[in-house]
Amino acid sequence: MPHRLLRDDAVLLGMRVRDWQDAVRTAGLALSRADIATPAYSDEMIRMIEEHGPYVVIAPGLALAHARPGPAVKADGLAVVTLAEPVTFGHPYNDPVRVVLGLAVKTRDTHLGMIAELANVFNDKTAVDRLAAAQTVDEVHSIMEGVA
Amino acid sequence: MKIVAICGAGVGSSGILKVNAERVLDRLGLEADVTATDLRSIAVQGANAQIILTSPEFVEAIGKTNADVIVINNYFDLEELEEKLDAALG
Repeated sequence: MPHRLLRDDAVLLGMRVRDWQDAVRTAGLALSRADIATPAYSDEMIRMIEEHGPYVVIAPGLALAHARPGPAVKADGLAVVTLAEPVTFGHPYNDPVRVVLGLAVKTRDTHLGMIAELANVFNDKTAVDRLAAAQTVDEVHSIMEGVA
Repeated sequence: MKIVAICGAGVGSSGILKVNAERVLDRLGLEADVTATDLRSIAVQGANAQIILTSPEFVEAIGKTNADVIVINNYFDLEELEEKLDAALG
């Protein structure tokens, strides 16, 4: 994962959150800290889940919070938030969630390169555990680059 | 053959399904056109699809279709994808 898509500002480790909304909002905070999205993007990500259910919990322990491309997205980018205590999203198989990724994309057509890189990282089943245990931003970068 | 991956936004999760489905199809030696799209576009995009890939939350909303609806629980589990795609195509 190139650093331009995952900036240091967009990594928040060991966060304490009350519930899934708080977890998604924290991913939104990380995205706005890194100047990838405006604060309004948090609400859009929450609304997607309220509308469609917890489908963003795409693998055990991992949520990929995201909304549609739109004016709240300033650049393609990613946030990584790890949780001190796991939270449940109400997913039938993949709860509880320990790692929340925030994804923002400018256009639908250009995002598949970034998505393929995400698949490279997370198709390794140990990636979520390693991220959840990461203590430093550098550790997160090395996991996200596929370097253990 | 046409395969459509569905999620709420048409980016992100459906993109991951598309990327990983293409990897599995390659492994199985099969060729297919895999599209990632959102629920709103299903009527158009899914019209002539043989397979719809999605998560449990969308099955009801997708509704009646001629396509095989394959529910994927873990988007990063290539074995799950391969097993379910192979069963549907075999």
